[in-house]
Amino acid sequence: MKIGVLALQGDFIEHEQMLARLGAEPSEVRLPRDLEGLDGLIMPGGESTTFGKLAKRFGLVEPLRAFAQSGRPTWGTCAGLIFLARDVGRDQVTLGLMDVKVKRNAFGRQIDSFTCDLNIAGLPDGPFPGVFIRAPIIESVGKSVRVLCALDDGTIVAARQDNLLATSFHPELTDDLRMHALFLRACGRAHEQGSLTPDS
Amino acid sequence: MSDIKQNGAGNGTADAAHSAGINGQGMGAHGRRVGTDELKRGLAQMLKGGVIMDVVTPEHAAIAEEAGACSVMALERVPADIRKQGGVARMSDPALILSIMETVTIPVMAKCRIGHFAEARILEAIGIDYIDESEVLTPADEEHHVDKRDFAVPFVCGARNLGEALRRISEGAAMIRSKGEAGTGDVVEAVRHARAILGDIRRLKSMRRDEMFAYAKEIQAPYALVEETADLGRLPVVLFAAGGIATPADAALMMQIGVDGVFVGSGIFKSGNPAVRAKAIVEATTHFNDWKIVAEVSKNLGEPMVGINVSAMPDVERIAGRGW
Repeated sequence: MKIGVLALQGDFIEHEQMLARLGAEPSEVRLPRDLEGLDGLIMPGGESTTFGKLAKRFGLVEPLRAFAQSGRPTWGTCAGLIFLARDVGRDQVTLGLMDVKVKRNAFGRQIDSFTCDLNIAGLPDGPFPGVFIRAPIIESVGKSVRVLCALDDGTIVAARQDNLLATSFHPELTDDLRMHALFLRACGRAHEQGSLTPDS
Repeated sequence: MSDIKQNGAGNGTADAAHSAGINGQGMGAHGRRVGTDELKRGLAQMLKGGVIMDVVTPEHAAIAEEAGACSVMALERVPADIRKQGGVARMSDPALILSIMETVTIPVMAKCRIGHFAEARILEAIGIDYIDESEVLTPADEEHHVDKRDFAVPFVCGARNLGEALRRISEGAAMIRSKGEAGTGDVVEAVRHARAILGDIRRLKSMRRDEMFAYAKEIQAPYALVEETADLGRLPVVLFAAGGIATPADAALMMQIGVDGVFVGSGIFKSGNPAVRAKAIVEATTHFNDWKIVAEVSKNLGEPMVGINVSAMPDVERIAGRGW
């Protein structure tokens, strides 16, 4: 399976390494033509303002929207979550696909970055190591969005809307492959469904 | 000297619900761990593939963010002006740094002098995201660097070769940059340092285990870090290029040589059209493998910074030799 990783800026190589460890073929996406033949797409951590500016300048915004709307699994981590969101509370370029309101840098500055164990709905085998770096949070979600993980105080840090997955934290900075494996299983299902209707 | 206590209040932002203990790490509410190496190095990983720009005013910072910078370095004078004006170069006024922090949403870095842990504590206290213990400022200690393990805030340090990079990492640096020769607009020293660090790693990778002990001694680096670097095939932290980068082609050159991202100091705001040049350098850094794009963004940028030829510069004016 060929999985794209948005490579405008950020920790895309870490995602590629996780995908390769699970036997998938990672592929860097910087231009619209790089989206061809992908079974899924990950938008990494980094700076969401940088993503937005580069995506706009190189004509990637509409092709990325079209890709995600085609039903293929699309996952945003941290800045990638911001880039997927409908509302980020300020004027900045995003794909606007996920019906969530996001608050950037919600925990404070770098000094307030933290790690903690998370219980994620649908993820077996115990807590997942959450790495939060100048992380955003999901302040509110629309009806079509399912919350997958909240902190003890109720703060939403992972959610899903159909084929869209979003996490405030960085599974790609850990040694735990479970989130990436979960995402790849969804990509596999979408791939099989796609191959049943080749002329669609 | 050994009982100098660097660990002050041990807190970051005033309202932080945690207290940093040993090694700047600590436990917060809800079982949260803060100030760990993973978090300090992790922020640098988020900056990869990006451009960090020197800015001296909130207006500059806004231009940098608009151009797509992934972070800004807040300071009173860019290195070119520090060179020109001479005198002692110190940490910038915290009020200026705070005004820049309030202007942008991207991470903000600031410089402290080599060994000046009080300046570093001040920067940590105002909530800076990254501290550059920088040879561009006048060193405060000609023997000791800051014990960076003691801080909750991460540090970036300059290096000219692998030994220097690993010494800084052993002191707690969470990110390394080439020193280059700041404020010159001449990329030659950044190239020399990045090639030295990356070339040293390539040689290390080809060594037998028993050769690594002698090599660690030769480059004056801790053996454990030498071994870790050999196993990873790269530095244990992110490596950026810095010092003299002034054009999109310079940025693409450094990315091709193998760094993870670039700092641009005087090169942007000492040029004829900072907004356009800043944007072009960001684009060239992302698309460093696509020469048509690098060519396209290199057009019509106006005057570059005038620059100083490093090979014609007297030794006494060179700053890369500061730190050890």
